[in-house]
Amino acid sequence: MALTLTHYLVLSFILFLVGMAGVLLRRNIIIVLMSLELIFNSVNISLAAFSYFLQNLNGTIFVVFNITIAAAEAAIGLAILVAVYRRRQTVYVDELDEMRG
Amino acid sequence: MIEQFFFYMFAIVAVVTAVLVISVRNPVHSAFYLIVCFLQVAAIFILLRSPFLAAVQVFIYVGAIMVLFLFAVLVLDIGREQFREHFHGQTVTALAALLALFVVMGILLVSGKITAPLGPFDEPALMKNTEVIGKSLYTSYIFPFEIVSILLLIALIGAVVLVMRGQGKESKD
Repeated sequence: MALTLTHYLVLSFILFLVGMAGVLLRRNIIIVLMSLELIFNSVNISLAAFSYFLQNLNGTIFVVFNITIAAAEAAIGLAILVAVYRRRQTVYVDELDEMRG
Repeated sequence: MIEQFFFYMFAIVAVVTAVLVISVRNPVHSAFYLIVCFLQVAAIFILLRSPFLAAVQVFIYVGAIMVLFLFAVLVLDIGREQFREHFHGQTVTALAALLALFVVMGILLVSGKITAPLGPFDEPALMKNTEVIGKSLYTSYIFPFEIVSILLLIALIGAVVLVMRGQGKESKD
């Protein structure tokens, strides 16, 4: 039994679930941002797997753009994190609840 | 057979380190586990016959993004706060949402099948993977490419402005 698309999709799915759990469960903003990167990676795996098994390079090109967006997202997220920490002296998401309705 | 062995090895290490990333308390340890996870994903890209993606993954994720994260941990000096409770109060709701996601995606994975036609890039054509990607990136994808470069510039300026403005207000107080 050779490797099929499903193997890669299941791997991508598990990584996505783990990243999602990190975003929903952790309090520390830095870990939340790292979990976002995990989610980006799981999506990249599934795009690359589709690209390989459909013999079509569009998915690969999309991964390149995706990695660029992830870099921009990390830069902005960490800048926001630094700004918030300066003002509020906290990195815990449940203490940043000023905008809660 | 040997490809399968390597796939399972990389996949298991990736999943284990991903779980460690979200479960250890110290953010620096999380960052190092995340680096290991990214390297495994790069190896998975090589198994998917895209060495270009693997190189980009190592350069950008491990080389740039993770260094940025480590710098943030360093600048914010978060280590001393690590002993407080690290999961927050909405655990039950979050686990229910994850379970629902698991069920939905499991159904999709089991019931889905490929109906799209296969493209021209089979195994021999992918031997020149990087060349093919470069060609299509600079011909048919030139407009998204330029947009993405502008977006990176905006992100750069935005990050600088966000951090600078906080500093200005702080010095005025």
